[in-house]
Parts: sequence; C-alpha cells; structure tokens
Amino acid sequence: MIPLIAARDLRSLFVSPLAWTILAIVEALLAYLFLGQVDFFLQIQPRLAGLENAPGVTEVVVSPLFGNAAMVMLLVVPMVTMRLLSDERRNLTMPLLLSAPVSMTQIVLGKYLGVIGFLALMLLLLALMPLALLLGGGLDFGMLAGCLLGLLLLLGSFAAIGLFMSSLTTQPTIAAISTFGVLLLLWIVDWNRAPAGDGDGSGLLGYLSMTRHYEALLQGSFNSADVVYYLLIIVGFLVLAIRRLDADRLQH
Amino acid sequence: MSGESLVRVENLYRYYGDFCAVNDLSFELKRGEVLGLLGANGAGKSTTMRMLSGNLAPSAGRIWIAGHDILDQPRQAKAALGYLPDQPPLYRELTVDEYLLFCARLSGVTRKACAAAVSRAKERCGLQEAGRRVIGNLSKGFQQRVGIAQAIIHEPEIVILDEPTVGLDPIQIREIRTLISELATAHSVILSTHILPEIQAVCSRVQIIHRGALVLNDTLEGLQRRMQAANLLASFHAPPAVVDLEGMPGVERVEQIAPGRFRLHVAAGMQLAEELVMLSVQRGWRLFELTAERISLEQIFVEITTRDSTAPLAHGEAA
Repeated sequence: MIPLIAARDLRSLFVSPLAWTILAIVEALLAYLFLGQVDFFLQIQPRLAGLENAPGVTEVVVSPLFGNAAMVMLLVVPMVTMRLLSDERRNLTMPLLLSAPVSMTQIVLGKYLGVIGFLALMLLLLALMPLALLLGGGLDFGMLAGCLLGLLLLLGSFAAIGLFMSSLTTQPTIAAISTFGVLLLLWIVDWNRAPAGDGDGSGLLGYLSMTRHYEALLQGSFNSADVVYYLLIIVGFLVLAIRRLDADRLQH
Repeated sequence: MSGESLVRVENLYRYYGDFCAVNDLSFELKRGEVLGLLGANGAGKSTTMRMLSGNLAPSAGRIWIAGHDILDQPRQAKAALGYLPDQPPLYRELTVDEYLLFCARLSGVTRKACAAAVSRAKERCGLQEAGRRVIGNLSKGFQQRVGIAQAIIHEPEIVILDEPTVGLDPIQIREIRTLISELATAHSVILSTHILPEIQAVCSRVQIIHRGALVLNDTLEGLQRRMQAANLLASFHAPPAVVDLEGMPGVERVEQIAPGRFRLHVAAGMQLAEELVMLSVQRGWRLFELTAERISLEQIFVEITTRDSTAPLAHGEAA
C-alpha cells in the first residue's frame, strides 16, 4: 500500500509541469554553481600544487557545491511538499484514502516516500556533476558519500516538515510559506549566538541548527549524533502528521 | 429479506461543536437490501454516511460493517465497503484506467485480478470507451460514473452512495438507477438522496432523517401501504350534511372543499367506497364523483419533516 500511494503521487507530480520545471530550474542553478566552483579550482590549482596537505578537488568543489545545494533546496522543497496533503483536501480526494483499507500511517508514509523519491531523483542528478570530474581526475569517495548522505538526510527532514505543514491546511501556499519559515528558522537558529557564545555551537540552539549537523557531514566526518538528529526530525514530524490526520476525523 | 445483517448502527451521535448533526441513530441493513436515506438539506445524511465509511469518527455509538467494528477493526471493515462521497474523489490529472487501477490496488485487489476488476467496473458503469481519457476532461456525468466505478471496483459487500444522481441528465439517472438495482442483487446499498421518486424507484427500505434523528424507518411495501391508507374525494348533486358523512363508521374527519364536494379522511385499513355508494343511492345524494386519493411519498415526507415536534416519532417496524 505504501509504495502504491507513493507511486500515485509521483505519477501525478510528473504529469503536471511542476515537477519538470522544478527539476530543470534546480539543475540549471546547481550546474551554474558547480561550474563556478570548478572554475575557481582551476584558478587556484597552481598555488595548491605548492602546498603540503593541499585540499583536493572534492574539498574545493564538491563540499561547497553541496553546501549551496542545501540553500537551493531550502527554497525548493516547500514547493514540492506543499500540495502533498492540502491538495487531497482541496480536491476532496481524502475520502478515497480514508475509506480504503489503509491506515493513516500508511497514507503518510506513502506520501513521504513519494516525495523522497522525487527528491532522490534530484539528488541523483546533482551527484552526476561531481562524478563527471572523474573524467579528468580522482575524487575522495568517502567525502562524496558523506556529502550525499548529508544532503539526503537534510532533504528527508525538509520533506517531513513540509509534509506536516501540508497536513495542517487546505491552502498549498500557506503550507509552502510555513514550511519555508520553519526550515529557515532551523537553518539560522544559532546565527545570533555565534559571536557572543563559545563559538563551537555546543548549546541547545547550536544543537537545533540544521546547518551545524550538515556541515559536519560535508567535511566528511560521520558522527552518529548528526544522523540521529535528522532521524529524530523525520520521525517526529511524520508522527505529528499522522496524529494531525487522525484528529481530522475526530473534530470539526 | 432474510439474511445476515451487513451494517449495524447503534445509538450513533455526532456533534459539531454544540450542534448535534446526528442524534441517536440506530438501524440495521441486511444483505440484498437497498436503503434509501431521505432528508432535507442539512438533515445529517452526509454526516451519517461519512461515519459509516470511516471518514468521520462518531461522537458516541458504534458501527459494525460486515461484522467488524469500524473503529476497532477499521481495515477489515473498510475492505468490505465502497464509498462514493457527495463529491466524487477523483484525481483529475490521471486517466480513467490509471485511476481505477489505483483504486483497485488501494482497496486490496490482488495485482493479478486488477485488470479484470477494472474492466468489469468500467463495463458496469458504461465507461468502456473512456478508459484512456483524462478524468479532468470528462463531463460531470462521466466523472460521477467514475466515482461509482471506484466504489464498486473491489466488489464490496456494502456500497455507500451519497447522492449518486446529482448533476446527471435524465438518461444517465436511469442508467445509474438500473446499476443500483443490479448492485442490490449481490451487495447491500445505502444511498442518500433528496429526490423522492428515486427512492421509490430503487430502494427496498426507506429511512427519513430529520434534524439528525431517524423519524421513519420502513420497508417500501410498508410505505406503499401507508400511502394507500388514503382519502376519498366525493362530489354530490344533492349533498348531504357534513354530520351525515361524519356519522359513517370509519370516517375520521370530513372536509368540505367546495359546495357539494368533500374530502373524507378514512381511518387506516377501512374500505369505504362501496358503502358510500350504497348510502348515496338509498338517501338520494346523487353521487357523481368518487376518487381515491393516494398520499404521495412527498406528502409523507413533508408531513414528517415539518411536524414541529422535538420528540421524533418512530413509525413502522423497528425504528
């Protein structure tokens, strides 16, 4: 049932122009960022050659690329997730799912899996860019894997938050705006602390910040605390979405 | 009409805030019955159906679908029912085939049986030609048919249709009614409507809901009997006095419509026509018109729903 709902969602997404437009624009933006980074690497390459322990192409090109990709996704994911549940409400198709022999959990997980499928496709297209560098040199695959895992977890949390926001309203735009607000808040939550505080982000706000956990993974350092942070967000917001749908049946 | 009961509802209540939309509703539906829910707008029909289909949790009371409690065993209960809400739940961007395939799989039809189920549902709803068309481009009548196809695709034991013929043209309405009668041979059907002839055309049992409460629950035969328990219209050239007519056994009340023209309210079960003719001849009233007036379902409906009583009256068997 879960893959079925996910497949239906993806199908609806890809028969509308929205999915294709988002894929095309994101790809173009990221390609532009990628080429800029490659250009920068080519400029500083002669100087790097003289250094001991010089950063390689992965550190100079790939990590910043994924860092920028996260910012782009911060803007794009709310557009993808906004319609997940609010559209079902608006088009009055919710009764179809609710009167079918499936549980709320299956509905929410199906929706989530569908959007993850779409985001994974985006991630795959993004991963092709660094892999293209293999034509002219080597890559630090451990670091690339860290970047990919980091972005996947990040996108997973974005999508879970977006799904929950979409369960709150019948208006997709409201879902998009509130998702964006929450994501941005989690992104910048420790900014005003940085100059005054201890600087290593060990406080509560530092822990809440999505940026810190993401940056660690981008540097290629795999810390289970970072992974757990994202998993907590994903599970937490999915549970909230399920509860929210359940509450729909109870009160009006 | 004997058979196991597929739907059982006990003391169902539903509140929206302080407003009581469904008030102490209890009924049973047996296999092969077509139950018509009748009521004015806002009487609580849709709310009842949404609760039966598991879309809305009742405030109090219990619902069993095919022996499964809808709250305790929602999956088994929902597998046994097909539901068409008042707005058909359609994904407008999909084609009819894609949509029905999705519905079939969602309702638990196995992968192998899906193609057969889809083509059978399309055939029953007259959608053979529309399979490859995008739902959003179909006319309203066809969308309604897709909605019905969706509800019956997994051959559920209970089909719940909320105003299935709204927005259809007369020919389509007839086709849908034929379809409902067909469904009734193997399934139980609950349908809501505020179109009275529809009830008479397809239902075997009628319930009238008024302000959330069940005010009438009767079989169609019972209802027809009730409709025959009717009045006599009589016209005389030499009219008798009203008291003469009122003196006849079985006459409850006499109304003078025009000079020489009377409406006789006859007590239920009494046949008065013959006696009236005889009396007229004996006393020289010169009877020249005698018509049996039938009460229409509409009159019953209007009488029940406009009767201003807070205590709902239960008629017929097992209200």
